[in-house]
Amino acid sequence: MADRTSGERYHDRVASWLTAFAMAWSIVGMLAGVYVAAELVWPTIDFGREWLSYGRLRTLHTNAVIFGFGVSALMGTAFYSVQRTCHVPLFAPRLAWFCALAWQVGVLAGGISLLAGWNGGKEYAELEWPFDIAITVVWVCFAIVFFGTIARRRIKPIYVSNWFYGGLIIVIAMLHLVNSLAIPVTLSKSYSLFAGAQDAIVQWWYGHNAVGFLLTGGFLGMLYYFLPKHAGRPIWSYRLSIVAFWAFTYSYIWAGPHHLHYNAVPEWVQSLGMVMSLVLLAPSWATMVNGVMTVAGAWQKLRTDPALKFIVLSLAFYGLATFEGPMMSIKSVNVVSHFTDWTIGHVHSGALGWNAMITFGAFYFLVPRLVGASLYSVRLANIHFWLALAGTMLYVLAMWGAGVSQGLLWLSLDEIGELSFSFKDIMASMAPYYALRLVAGIIFLAGALLMAFNLAMTGKGRRTVAASPPAVGVEGP
Amino acid sequence: MNAVDLHRKLERNSGLLIFGILFVSAIGGLVQVLPSVLQDDLVTPGPGTQPYGPVQLAGRDLYIREGCSTCHSQQVRPLLAEVKRYGPYSKAGESAYDRPFLWGSKRTGPDLHRIGGKYTDVWQRMHLLDPRSVVPDSIMPGYPWLAERAADADGSIQSKMRALRRLGHPYTDADIEAAPAALAGLKEVDALVAYLQALRAPPAEITP
Repeated sequence: MADRTSGERYHDRVASWLTAFAMAWSIVGMLAGVYVAAELVWPTIDFGREWLSYGRLRTLHTNAVIFGFGVSALMGTAFYSVQRTCHVPLFAPRLAWFCALAWQVGVLAGGISLLAGWNGGKEYAELEWPFDIAITVVWVCFAIVFFGTIARRRIKPIYVSNWFYGGLIIVIAMLHLVNSLAIPVTLSKSYSLFAGAQDAIVQWWYGHNAVGFLLTGGFLGMLYYFLPKHAGRPIWSYRLSIVAFWAFTYSYIWAGPHHLHYNAVPEWVQSLGMVMSLVLLAPSWATMVNGVMTVAGAWQKLRTDPALKFIVLSLAFYGLATFEGPMMSIKSVNVVSHFTDWTIGHVHSGALGWNAMITFGAFYFLVPRLVGASLYSVRLANIHFWLALAGTMLYVLAMWGAGVSQGLLWLSLDEIGELSFSFKDIMASMAPYYALRLVAGIIFLAGALLMAFNLAMTGKGRRTVAASPPAVGVEGP
Repeated sequence: MNAVDLHRKLERNSGLLIFGILFVSAIGGLVQVLPSVLQDDLVTPGPGTQPYGPVQLAGRDLYIREGCSTCHSQQVRPLLAEVKRYGPYSKAGESAYDRPFLWGSKRTGPDLHRIGGKYTDVWQRMHLLDPRSVVPDSIMPGYPWLAERAADADGSIQSKMRALRRLGHPYTDADIEAAPAALAGLKEVDALVAYLQALRAPPAEITP
């Protein structure tokens, strides 16, 4: 590659390490998920140990996959792609290393604290106040590295993937700062500044948009960089990506109260949450269409390229989950779906089908390039693809079955207006669905293990290759 | 200037882009969340709603520590079937002293907002320590360690009550003074049972 200045190099080693950390967290998080799924089938396999108890291990599961796997993958791909879309090395590379490593230490210590019973009690924000402060510090450093790199860019327009990564950094900061406001009592205990119904509204403003700007927006950044790169074609419609981005950023924020339908919060808050959730369908599907049309014309690559298969499948699940979400936010549907396993199925069609698959696709593309070698085994990657698809489908189907039955049976009244079924009987009837879900989780985890092996063999004994920004005058990312 | 031109300005200036994202994403919160946080009647205690006593408060914090709200909601929706199954539906004022709120998002087990008084203390204790000793089909974990540790092992009950008083919970000096004595000799399971037994509709709701 032409070298324009004095041997300027991209800082890719930090991205390599974040890729490895993300893979490790995906295994830890999924293993915890499989274990808690097994506990719902055999409730005594916690063996009376506190740290294996469902309530603590399930919290570790969600935190390890969202903050361990998700954020490490996003940080790694953001560091990799922001350099290439700006044609400059990372700003403050030492700070980037600090972000990467401090985040791992934080998630590890945080995970241990969850098993020890430090729990703030707010969903997806369970980590106690010392960790909330640590997260804030790392996040500010992440912002400095990312926006610092953008500020030094040599390409005037900021590429679309960076809007989404930028949205992730800014909005998550805002949500985290407000939702974590609390008065510390001891090192492991604090009380929320908000109480009751107000706490609920703030929490789901946070919780829904952690899904929105981390698990959706952040990963859309990944999509907008890796999909065109991989398909070898530019994004189908630049104009559509602009409209989708701003519509997404504006409307997602309002949708949180659909988690509180028929709860003790004002009616207008619920209804507004529902309407804005329906509105969200438009930018979500606009992005999906933009992605699918970008692949169109490169379909032949799908036959030979497992990485692109993962990315295209992730788009399909993105479309499915972003259709299902608005439907579940309709109050008359939500009456049935709320509090049931349907929600768990919905989350996993997003988490497995969308977040995990697109990350797998990005990593199968990225790791060979980072280490300058071809993938160790395309065959194993293809097997992984089918395991991931089968696992996700089985998981979602099992949870649809469980959730729809629960929802309808709980509400069912007999001809004289009395409850048709006891809670206990309905719960007992869930056993086959929970067993199926466990099988689904094991299948998905097996695929991820194959991938970890495949990537480890690809990178074995190799170092991250040196790459440089292109010579002046070369156009485009 | 049309919207796409405006965007072209933003995507050429990182400072403007940051400001644009912050502004556009903040609108929803300012219009929808902020007014709710300023609406006092959402957190005005309902009739009969009292701050938790020291034993119940310790129990509530154990409920949070063990992640009970992972599987149990505390929110009876105003639906006929729910009111029949659990009791009077939940009102905002009942949660005025709940930091954080524990309404939950999943019912792997039943709702608990009206569980108080439905079972005896002895049953609750047995159920917590070994659920299958009283409900053979239960898939709930047992919590045997709750019977082993003192309810206020780290002696933090007074600092907890003082912290909550700073947030407006009406504890008197005498209440805080008396708290350690109320917890003396109790195990964790006793505090958790006391909390569960306090989860009931306010008295005004129960009388027809």
